[in-house]
Amino acid sequence: MDTVFYTLHDFILYTKAVVYLLMGGILITLPLFWHFLTGRDEKKRTF
Amino acid sequence: MSQAMTRADKIFTPFNVISGTIIFIGLILTVLRFTGGLGAVTNLDNNNPWGVWIGFDLLCGVALAAGGYVTSAACYVFGLKRYHSAVRPAILTAFLGYALVVFALHYDVGRPWRLPYPVFYSQGTSSLLFEVGLCVFLYLTVLFTEYSPIALEWLKLKKIRNIVIRMTLVLTIFGVVLSTLHQSSLGALFTIAPSKLHPLWYSTYLAVYFFISSIFAGLSMVIFESSLSHRFLHHKMDETHLKESAGVALGFGKAASFVMMGYVGIKLIGIAIDNNWHHLTTGWGLWFLLEVIGFVALPAFVYALAVREKNLLLVRVAAAWTVLGVVLNRLNISLVAFNWHLPSAQRYFPSWMEVATSVFIVTIGVVIYKFVATRMPVLYEHPDYRHDH
Repeated sequence: MDTVFYTLHDFILYTKAVVYLLMGGILITLPLFWHFLTGRDEKKRTF
Repeated sequence: MSQAMTRADKIFTPFNVISGTIIFIGLILTVLRFTGGLGAVTNLDNNNPWGVWIGFDLLCGVALAAGGYVTSAACYVFGLKRYHSAVRPAILTAFLGYALVVFALHYDVGRPWRLPYPVFYSQGTSSLLFEVGLCVFLYLTVLFTEYSPIALEWLKLKKIRNIVIRMTLVLTIFGVVLSTLHQSSLGALFTIAPSKLHPLWYSTYLAVYFFISSIFAGLSMVIFESSLSHRFLHHKMDETHLKESAGVALGFGKAASFVMMGYVGIKLIGIAIDNNWHHLTTGWGLWFLLEVIGFVALPAFVYALAVREKNLLLVRVAAAWTVLGVVLNRLNISLVAFNWHLPSAQRYFPSWMEVATSVFIVTIGVVIYKFVATRMPVLYEHPDYRHDH
């Protein structure tokens, strides 16, 4: 069932909350994906 | 006799026969278009004024020509010199791509003698189309200048070639700036039609989507074009090119994979910010998911697997897959999901002549690429300038 919004404030509060949750998920997922992508690369020592 | 047959064999190769036939049909359609108007060859109407010539030739052409700015930025701005051998083929592809975009635009707009009008005579400075036009005009000039050392080396015009080579970094920066502007503006064009574009494809972030997708479109196109060159122009490649090509494919595949996953992330945010989740369970939603998961997330994962396993074949498969995905995305936005609310009788479907004209234009590009790559130092370094960079 779709969420019913009575005010623009309700709508923005809801969508922003979902976006923040997604952003948190992406912030965790993308570094993990980068780790998967480069996991077998030769390690380059920078020190 | 045998000499004559050899000459005939050389002229009537399968490539020449097929491309010659397509170009012949294309020339007839060109005459029809410019004598009979749009109505003579297209299914365009007042509801659908932009068809496959804009959706494919322009939007896909510009996106897939992004390899030029991506490769030259990687090599000259970010200093990744191990990708140097990929710069010239990428610049040539981009130059031909943009030149053919302008060429194809004539078929849609008509009256070719008015091509300079938007820039030099009547500037519509409040229009995104003006910005696209100006950027494409400037970037085509930049690409021509970036391409010119190839022709100048072939023509043995050393002095002019050396002057142009000194401008490489400035041209690269200018090219990146212009590409950022017009790649995103092509997406921004559709933000003026919120009621016409399906909500799953419409977003106020369309400009960002177009720019980000152009990056992996360009990277994939360089890999795809390189694999075709390996297949058909292998004999024209020098040792450096052959040695570096695996590194180029794996490096570009890695970059494309990560950017594509980021793109999937911002597409998710786009759905969330407009609260369009409920559309995902409709038929349109399944088509959208096919585009985003089937043609972005999956090839990104295949790229990642290929890079981990150092599997060149898999990288090339993922590149072709991604190129198809970008074409699908641009066609969805400009044709499939555009005017989605209209009854099917009023929807646009291109006539065979529109499709044939697009095939004709792509064929011209392939023929010119082959002509240049077999004669000029594109896939190999000119012996006089081997240690010049």
